[in-house]
Amino acid sequence: MPLSKNDLDAILLTLELASLTTVLLLIIGTPLAWWLARTDSWLKRPVGAVVALPLVLPPTVIGFYLLVSMGPNGFFGQLTQSLGLGTFTFTFTGLVIGSIFYSLPFVVQPLQNAFEAIGRAPLEAAATLRASPWDSFFSVVLPLARPGFITAAILSFAHTIGEFGVVLMIGGNIPGKTQVVSVQIYNHVEAMEYAQAHWLAGGMLAFSFIVLLTLYSGRSHKMRAL
Amino acid sequence: MFGFGKRPAEVVADDGRIHARFLVRHAGFTLDVDLDLPGRGVTALFGHSGSGKTSCLRCFAGLDRPQQGYLQVAGERWQDSACGFFLPAHKRAIGYVFQDANLFPHLSVRQNLAYGQRRIPPAQRKVALDQALQLLGIGHLLERMPAALSGGERQRVGIARALVTSPRLLLMDEPLASLDLKRKQEVLPYLQRLHEELDIPVLYVSHAPDEVARLADHLVLLDEGQVRASGPLKDILLQPDLPFAGEDDAEAVIDGEVCGHDAAYHLLHLRLPGSEAQLRLPHAALPDGHRVRVKIKARDVSLSLQHAEGSSLLNRLPVQVDSCQALDAQMLLTLRLGEQRLLARITRYSFDQLGIHVGQALWAQIKSVSLLAP
Repeated sequence: MPLSKNDLDAILLTLELASLTTVLLLIIGTPLAWWLARTDSWLKRPVGAVVALPLVLPPTVIGFYLLVSMGPNGFFGQLTQSLGLGTFTFTFTGLVIGSIFYSLPFVVQPLQNAFEAIGRAPLEAAATLRASPWDSFFSVVLPLARPGFITAAILSFAHTIGEFGVVLMIGGNIPGKTQVVSVQIYNHVEAMEYAQAHWLAGGMLAFSFIVLLTLYSGRSHKMRAL
Repeated sequence: MFGFGKRPAEVVADDGRIHARFLVRHAGFTLDVDLDLPGRGVTALFGHSGSGKTSCLRCFAGLDRPQQGYLQVAGERWQDSACGFFLPAHKRAIGYVFQDANLFPHLSVRQNLAYGQRRIPPAQRKVALDQALQLLGIGHLLERMPAALSGGERQRVGIARALVTSPRLLLMDEPLASLDLKRKQEVLPYLQRLHEELDIPVLYVSHAPDEVARLADHLVLLDEGQVRASGPLKDILLQPDLPFAGEDDAEAVIDGEVCGHDAAYHLLHLRLPGSEAQLRLPHAALPDGHRVRVKIKARDVSLSLQHAEGSSLLNRLPVQVDSCQALDAQMLLTLRLGEQRLLARITRYSFDQLGIHVGQALWAQIKSVSLLAP
């Protein structure tokens, strides 16, 4: 068996983190993307820019600010302490929160594009056919935006799996708790365990390739269907 | 865009009419209309592009919310800005036919039709699916996806989808504008059948005089967001101060009833209400008693003092001069023919030579008559 127990734990933890982050991001990202796609408010551009920040910032910067704000003296840390939840730094919950920020643009942007592409016309048709706004969201927008949701979910999952800097900053390197695959590869390399690093790194490479391949074939399917 | 209206439509005294007042102000455009329209038949909202037709229709639908507005349809108040009342689009009993059909691309024809129908209570379903399928000839398309339909088929499905919600008001936004001439000819007869077979008032936006002459009973002429004229189609077409009668191809629309067919000469005979005279035109046979609509262009009508024998013209009808209006070198006359009126355009020279005056009895010779509604 080329993988140690720590390696397997790291793989499971990574998958758990990516799944949970993706589910939460779809819940948070959908209304945010909907608002960004529909609003004429002056807030649209600033909010859009904030959502896109993780695309350009070094992950260490995001990690650093999250670490400070979630720490015992940070605003968020004091809030969670006063609620009796302790602090989230160096915990799995902290990792999930960090990943949500880190992968936010990968969910919001494809969804926003999908919603914008749908336009107002199908919603107006739905309204003249007696569908309330909620009803038309579920019966018209969700099915029409399905390719956008699939892209968002895949990107969020894959991007969270590839996360390194944010994890290291706010999660540390605690086996079974915050030690994810990317960090584990780093550990192996530092310990000169190149064989094990190869197994994990090669696995990541294969996984990423398959994800992107799925994504691109999914896209061309959609084109043909239209 | 859609506001969450909590209140239902308010019931008010039903005078069988549609009352609408809308004030919409955008940068560079104002729509300011006050309309009192019949609660039955087809009312055309006619005007050039940019005259505010579609804006007006969207206000009726509740898709746009005017700054000030009042709308009452068939004894229900849908909107009254004076007391802040606005019934959102999805609570109005309307059918809306979009310019480009606007079918749901992810649903089959059957599912598109069912979408609206299953959102109204069964007790309110007055137009059956079968009836709509048959009326629009789309029964064979049910399992197709919208992308696999032609433009004309898509538009017919769009109309059926609106009909099966049993609307109290059918709103049609240039349903033929996106179609080529051939597809237009394909869809038009269905629109006419709709008019004949269903008792749903229709607001029909168009900038094509042809469609309006064929379909409308009532005409609203919009110009730069204002109502220039509103009245029965036949009257509006004859008003000399409006663009219709003033134009080169001015025409009158009259109704007739089929009263025979000359098979040897392939001629259809029409009886005209209030007149002894009959109109004859080349056409295939139609059942006796069938009501039809014909149009007669002003320039196809000539006048004589006596009944002229030995002419190649088929139709020579006794008329009475109703009004005269000078247009440069020409005179535009309206002529009473039974209960209806015709337009004639003759030179001023002939007008003076014949000594024509209001009330005079003349013979109208009609060069060509075209059937609008079979």
